[in-house]
Amino acid sequence: MSAALHSLVNQPYKHGFVTEIESDIAPKGLNEDIIRLISAKKNEPEWLLSFRLKAYQKWLTMTEPTWQNVHYPKIDFQAISYYSAPKPKKKLASMDEVDPELLRTFEKLGVPMHERAALAGVAVDVIFDSVSVTTTYKEKLAEVGIIFCSISEAVQTHPDLIQKYLGTVVPVGDNFFAALNSAVFTDGSFCFIPKGVKCPMDLSTYFRINTEGSGQFERTLIIAEEGASVSYLEGCTAPRFDTNQLHAAVVELIALDNADIKYSTVQNWYAGDENGIGGIYNFVTKRGLAKGVNSRISWTQVETGSAITWKYPSCILRGDNSVGEFYSVAVTNNFQQADTGTKMIHLGKNTRSTIVSKGISAGHSNSSYRGLVRIAPTAEGARNYSQCDSMLIGDQCGAHTFPYIQVHNNSAKVEHEASTSKIGEDQLFYFSQRGINAEEAVSMIINGFCKDVFQQLPMEFAVEATKLLSFKLEGTVG
Amino acid sequence: MIIENSPIILSVQGLHASINGTEILKGIDLTVKSGEIHAIMGLNGSGKSTLAKVLAGHSAYEVTAGSVRFEDKNLLELPPEERAQAGLFLAFQYPIEIPGVANTQFLRLAYNTVQTQRGKEELDPLEFDDFVREKMKLLDMKPDFLDRSVNEGFSGGEKKRNEILQMALLEPKLSILDETDSGLDIDALKIVANGVNRIANKDNAIVLVTHYQRLLDYIVPDYVHIMQAGRIVMTGNKELARELETRGYDWVSANKQAENGVRA
Repeated sequence: MSAALHSLVNQPYKHGFVTEIESDIAPKGLNEDIIRLISAKKNEPEWLLSFRLKAYQKWLTMTEPTWQNVHYPKIDFQAISYYSAPKPKKKLASMDEVDPELLRTFEKLGVPMHERAALAGVAVDVIFDSVSVTTTYKEKLAEVGIIFCSISEAVQTHPDLIQKYLGTVVPVGDNFFAALNSAVFTDGSFCFIPKGVKCPMDLSTYFRINTEGSGQFERTLIIAEEGASVSYLEGCTAPRFDTNQLHAAVVELIALDNADIKYSTVQNWYAGDENGIGGIYNFVTKRGLAKGVNSRISWTQVETGSAITWKYPSCILRGDNSVGEFYSVAVTNNFQQADTGTKMIHLGKNTRSTIVSKGISAGHSNSSYRGLVRIAPTAEGARNYSQCDSMLIGDQCGAHTFPYIQVHNNSAKVEHEASTSKIGEDQLFYFSQRGINAEEAVSMIINGFCKDVFQQLPMEFAVEATKLLSFKLEGTVG
Repeated sequence: MIIENSPIILSVQGLHASINGTEILKGIDLTVKSGEIHAIMGLNGSGKSTLAKVLAGHSAYEVTAGSVRFEDKNLLELPPEERAQAGLFLAFQYPIEIPGVANTQFLRLAYNTVQTQRGKEELDPLEFDDFVREKMKLLDMKPDFLDRSVNEGFSGGEKKRNEILQMALLEPKLSILDETDSGLDIDALKIVANGVNRIANKDNAIVLVTHYQRLLDYIVPDYVHIMQAGRIVMTGNKELARELETRGYDWVSANKQAENGVRA
C-alpha cells in the first residue's frame, strides 16, 4: 500500500475522550447475586428476575461461538463489571437539569441533542452508559399513542407489553451472547406503535460507552401493531480506551399484520488503534419477526467501527406476503475484523427478501459476509435476491463471502450475485489524470460503491454516513 | 499546424524510464510546439504507451534519466494531478469503469477541480449540465450517457468518446491520445476524429499514439515519429506514416540497421 493511501486511512479516532461523571459500578464478575443486584437496582418485577436467571442458567451451559471468521483473545467474563450508572444529582424534569458534563460530551460528539431534537424533529432517547438519562419528544409521540422510552422505564410503566413480547424473537438461550445479554441487560430502548399509527418522526437513539472496563448490554424492543409503521435510527460512538470492551446487544422487532419497521444503524464504536490495540467487541443479536401478513422488516446498517463486529440482523418472514430487507455497508481498516450478514427465514407464502451487502476492506483488516437464506417447505412462492460486493483497498486486507442457501420448496426463486473489486493504482491514476487527488477519488469510488445502501438511509443519516466513510478511509490510498 | 516561432509546450530530453527494474524508455527526445499535431507510431512493446504514461506521471514507472519541461514547469517534479491541472491530458487506451459514480458527477468534479486551479469559477450542477450537453454534441453523444456510471457497460466506442469529451471539457494545453483508435469501428472513428479536430487549435497541441495509419487519415499529423525498442528511430511528416503502412515495420528495422551500418 502506498504512503498516501496509508496516511489517508490512518487518522486518530475523533471521539476519544472520557467524561468524568461519577459512576455507580457493580463489583466485577458475574453470578446470580449480581443479577439479583441489577434487578433490584432497577426495581424489576419478579418475572423479569426469573427471565434473567433462566438466561443465566442457559448461558452457563453454552460455549462462546468459534465458527465466525474473526480472532481475538479469550474474554474473561468474570473481569467485567455488569452494572454502571451515572448518578444523577436529582430526578430530572427537563433538559436543563441534565448533568452539564454529560451535555458537553454530546457537544464534543457533535450531537447537541436539544438542537438535534428540535431542528431535525428527532426524538433522541439518550443512552449514557447503561441508563437512560432523558427522553425527549415523548409528549408529541404520546398524543398518537406511541410509547418511546427506555426499556427499564417501560418495565415499570408497561410491564404487560414487555412481558408479552420480550424474548419472543430472540429467546433467552438463542446464542451465547444473547443469553448473556438476557441475563444482565441494564437498559435500552422500547418502542411501541399502536394499531394504524404511522410514526410522525424518525425515532433515534444515541449509544455511548463511557466507563472503562464496563460491558454494555443494551436491549431494544420495537413493536409495530397492525397497520403501524416506524423508522428507527441507531447511532453509536465510543471514547478511546486501550482495554477491549465487550458490547453484546439484543434487538427484537415485531411487525404485526401490514406493519412496517425500518431499522437503520450507523455504527462507529472505537475500532482500536492503527496497531490493532483496543477497540470494542461488538457481538450483537438483531432479529425481526415479520409476524403478520404483508408486514415488512427492513434493516439498513453502516458498520464502520469496532475492533470486531459479529452481527447478523435477520428477518423471520412468518406472515404471508411479508417482506424482509437487509442493506449493509461494512468498512474495516487497520486490524479491524467484521463478520456480518443476515438471515432471511422464509416461512410464509409469497414472502420476499432482498439482501444488498457491501464490504470495504483497507489496511490489514478482514471483512466477511455471512448470510443464510432459508426457504421452508411452507414458503410457497418465496423469492430472494442477494447481492454481495466486496471492495479491497491496498493488498494487505481480505474479503470473504459465505452464503448459505437452503431451499425446501420447489416454487422458490433464489438469486445470488457476488463481486469483488479493488481500488487499484490504475483507478487512482485515472482520477489523478483528471486533476482529482487520491482522497477525493477514494471518497467518490466508495460512495458510488455504497450508493444502493445509502439510498435506504434517512436523509440526515445518509449525509453522516457519507462523511463517516470518507473519514474512516482517509489515508488508505495514495 | 506548424506555426513559425510558436511557443514550446513540451520538451523531452534523453528520457529514460523503467518498470520493475526493466528499462522501457531508452533515451527519448521530443519537442512539441503550440498548434502542432504529432503522431507516435510503433509496434507493441516499442514503448509508446509507456511514454504516454510516464509523461502523465503513472507511479509504476521510474524515470532514471533525462528531463521533461512542460511550458515553464519541470514536469517530472509534479504529481499526476498537478500535471493534469497544468494542462496535460491523457486519453486512456483502456478507460477504467467506476461503478455507482454517475458520469456527470465525475465530469463535473474533474472540470471544477481544474477550473479552480486555473483561478476560474466553478459551475454548479445546473450550469454544468448545460455546458456538458453542448460539448456532447461535438461527439454525437446521447443525453442518458450523463446518468450512467462512468464507463460501466460502455462499448469501446462510447469509452473513447467519453475520453474525448473529457478532453473537450478540460481544455488541455497538451493532449496525449493513447491508441484512441483501437477498438473503434469506422463510424465511431470518424466521430472521435472529428471531435479531436474541432478541439485542436493554435494554442494547444496533440500527440497521437497509434499503431495504424487509419486514424491519421482523419487527424492529419504535422510530424510522425516511429518508436522502436524505447527510442524514436525515425521522424518525418505524414508521408512517413503512409510509407510505413505500405512497407511495414520491418522496413524501419532494416533501414535502421542500414543506418547503423553506415555509421559503423
